[in-house]
Amino acid sequence: MSDMDAIQKGADAYDAGVKKSLAKFAERKERFVTGSKSPVERLYTPLNNAGQDYVRDIGFPGDYPYTRGVQNTMYRGRLWTMRQYAGFSTAEESNKRYKFLLEQGTTGLSVAFDLPTQIGYDSDHALSQGEVGKVGVAIDSLADMEILFNGIPLDKVSTSMTINAPASVLLAMYIAVAEKQGVKPDQLNGTIQNDILKEYVARGTYIFPPEPSMRLITDIFAYCSKEVPNWNTISISGYHIREAGATAAQEVAFTIADGVAYVDAAIKAGLDVDDFAPRLSFFFNAHNDLFEEVAKFRAARRVWAKIMKERFGAKSPKSWMLRFHTQTGGSTLTAQQPDNNIVRVAIQTLAAVLGGTQSLHTNSKDEALALPTEDSVRIALRTQQIVAYESGAAETVDPLAGSYYVESLTDRIQKEAEAYIARIDDMGGAVKAIERGYVQQEIQDAAYAYQMDIESGERVVVGMNKFQIKEAPPSGLLKVDPKVGEDQANKLRDLKAKRDNARVASSLEAVKLAATGGDNLMPPILDAVRAYATLGEICDVLRGVFGEYQQKVIL
Amino acid sequence: MERKIRVLVAKPGLDGHDRGAKVIARALRDAGMEVVYTGLRQTPEQIVAAALQEDVDVIAMSILSGAHNHLFPRVMDILRERNVQDILVIGGGVIPDDDIPALKAAGIAGVFTPGTPTSATIDFIKNNLKRSV
Amino acid sequence: MSDALSLADRARTGDVRARARLITLIERDDPERLGALSALRASARGSAHVVGITGPPGAGKSTLTDKIVSELRSRGRTVAVVAIDPSSPFTGGALLGDRIRMNRHATDEGVFIRSLATRGHLGGLSRATGETVRLLDALGYDDVIIETVGVGQSEVDIVRLADTVVLVSVPGLGDDIQAIKAGVMEIGDVFCVNKADRDGAERVVREIRSMLETAVMNGAATRFSELFAALADRKQAAREPENADARAHFSQGAAHHIAADGHGSLELPPVVATVAETGQGVRELVDHIKAHEAGLEATGLLAKQRRANLAWELGTEAAGRLVGLLEHEERREEVAALADAVLARCMDFHDAVAGVERSLAEAIRSKGS
Repeated sequence: MSDMDAIQKGADAYDAGVKKSLAKFAERKERFVTGSKSPVERLYTPLNNAGQDYVRDIGFPGDYPYTRGVQNTMYRGRLWTMRQYAGFSTAEESNKRYKFLLEQGTTGLSVAFDLPTQIGYDSDHALSQGEVGKVGVAIDSLADMEILFNGIPLDKVSTSMTINAPASVLLAMYIAVAEKQGVKPDQLNGTIQNDILKEYVARGTYIFPPEPSMRLITDIFAYCSKEVPNWNTISISGYHIREAGATAAQEVAFTIADGVAYVDAAIKAGLDVDDFAPRLSFFFNAHNDLFEEVAKFRAARRVWAKIMKERFGAKSPKSWMLRFHTQTGGSTLTAQQPDNNIVRVAIQTLAAVLGGTQSLHTNSKDEALALPTEDSVRIALRTQQIVAYESGAAETVDPLAGSYYVESLTDRIQKEAEAYIARIDDMGGAVKAIERGYVQQEIQDAAYAYQMDIESGERVVVGMNKFQIKEAPPSGLLKVDPKVGEDQANKLRDLKAKRDNARVASSLEAVKLAATGGDNLMPPILDAVRAYATLGEICDVLRGVFGEYQQKVIL
Repeated sequence: MERKIRVLVAKPGLDGHDRGAKVIARALRDAGMEVVYTGLRQTPEQIVAAALQEDVDVIAMSILSGAHNHLFPRVMDILRERNVQDILVIGGGVIPDDDIPALKAAGIAGVFTPGTPTSATIDFIKNNLKRSV
Repeated sequence: MSDALSLADRARTGDVRARARLITLIERDDPERLGALSALRASARGSAHVVGITGPPGAGKSTLTDKIVSELRSRGRTVAVVAIDPSSPFTGGALLGDRIRMNRHATDEGVFIRSLATRGHLGGLSRATGETVRLLDALGYDDVIIETVGVGQSEVDIVRLADTVVLVSVPGLGDDIQAIKAGVMEIGDVFCVNKADRDGAERVVREIRSMLETAVMNGAATRFSELFAALADRKQAAREPENADARAHFSQGAAHHIAADGHGSLELPPVVATVAETGQGVRELVDHIKAHEAGLEATGLLAKQRRANLAWELGTEAAGRLVGLLEHEERREEVAALADAVLARCMDFHDAVAGVERSLAEAIRSKGS
């Protein structure tokens, strides 16, 4: 009798036994589902993975298809980068917070910009009112950027910047600050998010329509491959897609479909896939369903590797590897009994680590209420350190591999994601699917279903719809001084009086010329930044040439 | 005579997180209301202008960026300048408890923080309309 | 001053709230509005040019409307927009999202935008649309644009309200051409192929032209063929020396409309390619819309069309009220009793209908007394 037959026999006996038990005691629920509402069976055995081929589908860490991770030693070699997203108020305040984080043991910086910066408005713009310094730091010009990184050696840290539509401008400012520190562009390490497609569907900080936006992105790819070779030129983000309500499989599918669109655009722009693909990076979410999340990360690596190798014919293994940053799930945090969030973040941290993340941001417990305080940021960072040093999860590579359940989930998420990607391909790719509103509709339907499950009580969120208590309003939340807007406006006025305005005007003219023509936009933007042209001025020039995107809303 | 509660769901400011706004828009629709949605990046002036042209009974705003202390009262100011008293104005988003009293004093009748079920918002609207529908 | 008159007065002097309130009262069929509407002389159409924008979902009607508003504003005209979205048949609620594309005009005092839910009404409009359009016309907006629901073939009511109907198509929807073939093509005065930067746009333009040609050759009864016939008569008359006023009326715009898409000897309505997102082609589209109006005016068809449409509206409104009368409990019982009689085979179907008519006549008499 073969192995499988024996297992089948055992499974039949088990099922018979279960039937008897069920006659006496019903299970807790009629239907068991994952966090993304996929059905979960009572028991997983080798029978669930009968079609799997270890070498082909799972393989070895550091080898195609990278199911088990992109490095062969993983965290035994080096732990993931503990990178806490931070930034608020003015450059001075944020600089202080960065120094605090570095002292506490973070190993990389992650800059949060305020909304006016992310949408290319200066702090004194009418639409900036009330928003300056709120969700991140306000950066209007190189002068602010110099303060932001004052005393932080840019050849020693790696910096991630959450900036999309005006990514070229902020990257240029970073390069210019480095120049002033005597650091050359090829010594710089870091990432710009630079992922406009998910802004259209999930996050909302778009400026320009898709076509010129894609061109700005491929200009950055081309420029960095020569000038800033260690820079991750894009962080293709599923994080916000998940936050907007997508399921785990949708997160993988829509993110990778966006990735395919960027690769297509870059190849169309004349780049060689192996020149830029190794610098593509990803950014995922980690939610509470531990096993499903681990499976999601493993499936994502496998899907991407296959696409890069088979569809795009990439030759370099570095082009096949899906490297990713993870942030724990902001939408899983509750405003009720916020201390419980520490536990949620711990589970999510474990999911990211067991899933093989390259870097991680852990949310602070008070983020459903306000920006985090230093104390709560410290706990969030300590959570990563506890998982790294005490849990044992980092001591061997991909410890959940071979779990019948996790391997089965990995296969299922891969299949679901590939089906979505095929549908998007049929529509003509991610840009078309987004223009049509397909991706938005799928996400919204999932978001609405999720909310209705919470309201019906089918989905339990501890402290929120079950196990509630009467609690006093939380105290000691971080407040951003409302005067920041005024301060920034004053700084801008001084800057505009002091700088060489003729040089600014001619550098902006050069930006316009490149935008209208086809020359790479990075060099003229870098010149404009060096001349202290403001972010708003540069973006206004580009708005004039490119026009502005109008949101496609599907209700 | 067909009477419907009409609601403007608006996203003031630059915040692009519209998951909550869209979920509430759908929930209000499913509760039988007519919901006018205006999309992202609306100024207080645009919100009030839309509310008046649409003759809505309710303005429901959502902000997750922390700009609520500036933008919510600004909407109330413009309504007052235009002598509008019979529109119920509510707001939701990441709003610290400390900020709520001032927002209520400014005229925001209901403030809904994360975790509020949509049914609570629906009930609040039905019970607090400032004019008979 | 009574409430109604004060409402009328405030609406007339530009009070947005009063204008909006009147539309709400129309939507509710509230008798409170009648005095105000009468004071505003809103019963019949006035000087506004009413333009209908119709076409399948996803054609970009709202974005196009937004850009048309901008173009009309740049020509110094004031504009009102009535945008219609469907009500949910299950809950009666509605999500009205057309404003998303247009709300940048909200603070422009020369623009008024109102979203209406269909509230169960079929045909692509809401029951209140006609009266709302007449009100906005009476309030002095130079142009009133109606954006229909956009669900497909049943949207023919728009020809009853609009002087000029723009039928919007778009490449890549697959079977929209089929939908047009199946019966809505006749309603178009100006044809627009939006999203013309997409693959297949030229093909859609060609297909529409060839369908229009076929329609003309077959002598199909379309709005545009009637206009062309009238314009040709007018042209003939204008050549005769004694018809100076006819010549004066035959504006350049009207000539332009004809010339726009003449294929050999066949006269076809214009088919304009636009990219609403960027505004490309919108000026030309508006030129054609205006030329169409000029043509209607020059030929006297405008008045004829409005007369026929008002007659239709009167009939429809009256029919609606009759249905309303049947819903009174007393009437419902009478009708149910007639149904019982038919079911029991004691009465013929058509005798029962006559019974319903008698019942209605009685209801109308007692209502009058």
